[in-house]
This record gives sequence, structure tokens and C-alpha cells, in this order.
Amino acid sequence: MSNATFQFIAGIVKQRSGGVLGPDQAYMLDTRLAPLLKRENLASLDALALKLRGPASDKLAQEVAELLTTNESHFFRDGKPFDHLKELLPALHKARAPGLPIRIWSAACSTGQEAYSIAILIADAQDLDPSMKARRFEIIGTDLTRAVLDRAKEGIFTQFEVQRGLPVRALMKHFKQIEGRWQASERLRGFTRFEQANLLQDVARFGRFDVVFCRNVLIYFDLPTKARVLNGIAAQMAPDGALYLGAAETALGITDRVEPLLGQRAVYRPVAARMARSA
Amino acid sequence: MSMDCLVVDDSGVVRKVARRILEKHGFSVREAADGALALQAVEQAMPRLVLLDRNMPVMDGIEFLKNLRARYGSSEPTVVMCTTEAAQERILEGLEAGADEYVMKPFDEAILVDKLTMVGVLQA
Ligand SMILES: C[S@@+](CC[C@H](N)C(=O)[O-])C[C@H]1O[C@@H](n2cnc3c(N)ncnc32)[C@H](O)[C@@H]1O
Repeated sequence: MSNATFQFIAGIVKQRSGGVLGPDQAYMLDTRLAPLLKRENLASLDALALKLRGPASDKLAQEVAELLTTNESHFFRDGKPFDHLKELLPALHKARAPGLPIRIWSAACSTGQEAYSIAILIADAQDLDPSMKARRFEIIGTDLTRAVLDRAKEGIFTQFEVQRGLPVRALMKHFKQIEGRWQASERLRGFTRFEQANLLQDVARFGRFDVVFCRNVLIYFDLPTKARVLNGIAAQMAPDGALYLGAAETALGITDRVEPLLGQRAVYRPVAARMARSA
Repeated sequence: MSMDCLVVDDSGVVRKVARRILEKHGFSVREAADGALALQAVEQAMPRLVLLDRNMPVMDGIEFLKNLRARYGSSEPTVVMCTTEAAQERILEGLEAGADEYVMKPFDEAILVDKLTMVGVLQA
């Protein structure tokens, strides 16, 4: 692959997903795009670049960007945010008027482990406090990549995937075995909804959220993109809502629309727009 | 002080793999080739953790577990069952007999460490 080809494809990725590809990741193009080259009958990445420069290549470019996202995920990843949410759920239930739903957003949900981990916490909280059963809980999972969303909707995970982070008792209680794989119960799936959405674009249509998980996606973005995405999320949050970031991510020094919750790592709350120095 | 782990499996190869991973994470490891030998080992000293195979000659994992819990109560040691078989009823049977967690063989180091953290044997 020529350097020009790498730069060109990296440019497509940056523009469409926000992901920054460094030269050390050039190998990813070979492995991830190989099936696409084959399907399109293209001899090389250079040939792909040529096709992408041609007319009517919008769909192909989107595919390239989606294929170059990293979709790694597991249940109850990093532990801490879920410990925090477990405490927060009953508090939100008390704070909200009875008829109001509690809405949780798994932004960049990948194959759905994060959304289903949240669903498990909700189901268990309801079992502990039956008054929470009358409350509607909505988990909206969104991602750029269609292929992972299809998997998230099914809620079917391999033996390997359910081993990662999921306590065996939660597996027994909330999943059903089908042909060696495990499907989230109807109850869990009933809390969730999955939709395609690009965090770089307008996300206001998803409405107001009490809780947002935006984890392990900002790491792929450059600083201005991180700020833009975080500000967009902050604008969708209830004033007493919580935002969880990944263990390797921070909003500090990036935006003042959210601030860390005292004594907590990777838990943020929104700062009222008029209070924030415009970022 | 290192934590004591008893690895119970009739396969020497599996015990060796488990030993390598556990020692790397600061455990001192004892081995037993079946449930009866494992009960003897527990009698000598109570381990912090038992990694337990299911199918073994002489005394299998489930029977060992029932004996163990009947004699020493359910609070210690922590028992993680290790099987190649993942049928839901089988897993439930192990939990009912007193297992705390489950991992699938062959061992994946990251998963084993993750599970040991889940049950509080290792720190996050
Ligand atoms: C590593 S996964 C994180 C999954 C989950 N949040 C977790 O922490 O385990 C990152 C996900 O971000 C998605 N993604 C990347 N860029 C995106 C964008 N601009 N808009 C929405 N999703 C994006 C990818 O498709 C991928 O599924």
C-alpha cells in the first residue's frame, strides 16, 4: 500500500467515525479490509483507494470506516461505573416522578455487553425493591457500526464472551442457553433498544438521558473531536444525571460542560450551560 | 505471604497450566488428582482457593464439593469450578453443590484472573 493510499483511507475514517489511525496501525487496513477487497474483486488497497476516489463510493467509504472501528467489549467492563450505577438507580427512582421513565444511553454500545450489564443491574434492583417494577427503564444502545448493532439486538453471546466479566449467577439468572451460546432473557432485552447513530452527528433526537455510558470510544478521537462529542452528550443529560467514561478516558482539560463527581473516577455530572465557560 | 490454592484435576497437564498461571499471580499451589486426595489436602491445611475439575476418577468434583461444604461450611474456601462442559443444568448443579464461580477449560489467563477478582480472591 502506498503512503498516499494510507493517508487517503485514514482520512475517510477520520471524517466518518472520528477515529485517528496512526502509521503504526497500517497493518489494520490489511487485515480488516481483506474481506472487502475480496468481495469487491480488488487486487490491493491501492485499488480500493482508487475506487473510493471514484463516483458513487459513499456506501463503500462508510463500510471502510465501520470495518476499521474497534468493537472489543465485555460485560461489567472496569467494574467501577457499574458499582456506581447500582447505587444510583434507587436514588434516581426516588428522585423521579412516578410516571417518568428512567433513560440510560449506552453511546458506542458495540455488541451490547454494556447495555445488557445495565439491564442486569436494573432487573436485580427491581427484584430487590418491587416498587421499581412499576417504573419504566429504557436503555438505548447506539453505535456507528451496523454489524455490531445486529448482534446487540439479538443479545446472543458466545461462551467466551459470557465468561468475560459476567458472574456465573448473573449468567444463570438472566440468560438462556441455545446451541452452546447464550441469549439475554426477554426481560433484559425488553429494557433495551439499539439504533445506529454517529456520535459526530446530531444526537439530540434521542432525547434527554438520566445516565450516559460513553466508554472506550473517546480514546480513538483527537482532542477537538472528544470535546465536540462530550459537549453533545452533556447537552442531552438531565441536570442530576451521571456520565461514565472508560478507565483510560477523562473529560478534564477537554470540556467544562461536565465535571467529575467528587471522590469518583470516571463519573461525571453535567455543568449547567450558563455556568460553563463556553468551551 | 502468598495465597494457598489447591488445584484439583486428574490431568497433570491441566494442573501444570493452572499452576503456571496461579504462581504468576502470587499463589502457592498444591495439587490433587481426585476429590478424595483433595479432601485430604484440605484436612492438612485450609486453602484460600480451590480450582476444581468436575469429572475425575475416585471422587468427582461435585461429590468433593458436597463433602467440603458439609464439613467446613460454605464460607471457605472459595471454589471455582473448571469444566469443559458448559450445559446450563450442569453449571447449576455445581452452584447448588457450593461452587462460587465457573471457568471454562482450556484456561484463558485473562478470564481466570477476571473470575478470581470477581469472587474477591484477587484485587482489581
Ligand atoms: C471499543 S468499543 C466500546 C464498547 C463499549 N462501550 C465498552 O466500553 O465496552 C467502541 C465502539 O465505538 C464505536 N464508534 C466508533 N466511532 C464512533 C462514532 N463516531 N459514533 C458512534 N460510535 C462509534 C465503534 O463502532 C465501536 O463499536
